[in-house]
Amino acid sequence: MRTFNYTFQREGNELTIYFEGKLDSVYSLELEDHLEPALKGVKKLVLDFQKLHYISSAGLRIILTCKLTMNEQGEMKIRNIDPQVMQVLKITGFAEDLNIE
Amino acid sequence: MKEGTNMKELEIKAERENLPKVIEFIDEQLAGHDVSIKIQTQIEVAVEEIFINIASYAYDADGGAATIRAEVCGDPLAVVLSFIDNGKPYDPLAKPDPNINIPLRERQKGGLGIFMVKKTMDNVAYEYKDGKNILTIIKNI
Repeated sequence: MRTFNYTFQREGNELTIYFEGKLDSVYSLELEDHLEPALKGVKKLVLDFQKLHYISSAGLRIILTCKLTMNEQGEMKIRNIDPQVMQVLKITGFAEDLNIE
Repeated sequence: MKEGTNMKELEIKAERENLPKVIEFIDEQLAGHDVSIKIQTQIEVAVEEIFINIASYAYDADGGAATIRAEVCGDPLAVVLSFIDNGKPYDPLAKPDPNINIPLRERQKGGLGIFMVKKTMDNVAYEYKDGKNILTIIKNI
């Protein structure tokens, strides 16, 4: 049974990625493979964490890849962050350098 | 280590793909103890970070096993988890903490996982004994 899923929703040069479940070391690897092609040409990136309930350092690498890519290409924001996920972003200092809605 | 009456043990191949089985084992030990979502998540993150470290770095290509011992005990009630491997001697606590006060683009790779373990657990200790790495974490629940 899968414990993590994601959906890419692309409209022109805007991309929203919907995260669902637990972004752990196993699923981060899978998502990482699909991330680079998906971010191609994106100017506005939204990470929607409404259904994301868990993130580890492997998941933080996904956010970092998005952030570094969007530093070059445009803008990025994260919305609907769950308290457990927010805690991880705060402890690691990620929250301060992200546009959180 | 002295065998406690409630100590449970899981021996498993140290491979990334086994993470769900490790988390399931930990969740079984916590079940019935009325652990808050916050603490449960902190424990799961810590377990993931430590197990993935072992799976990634302890052994050469041939791989090896990890043993996880779990006990819920004490007053205040705490969960005590030990991660044991026969791999290369490695003290993850010896590494300096990453600088979390600088922008993400200036960050060095790695180190965040163990940093989170140190930050969220009540006690973290490493020892190398009889050819084994033993990392023990304690979290009050």
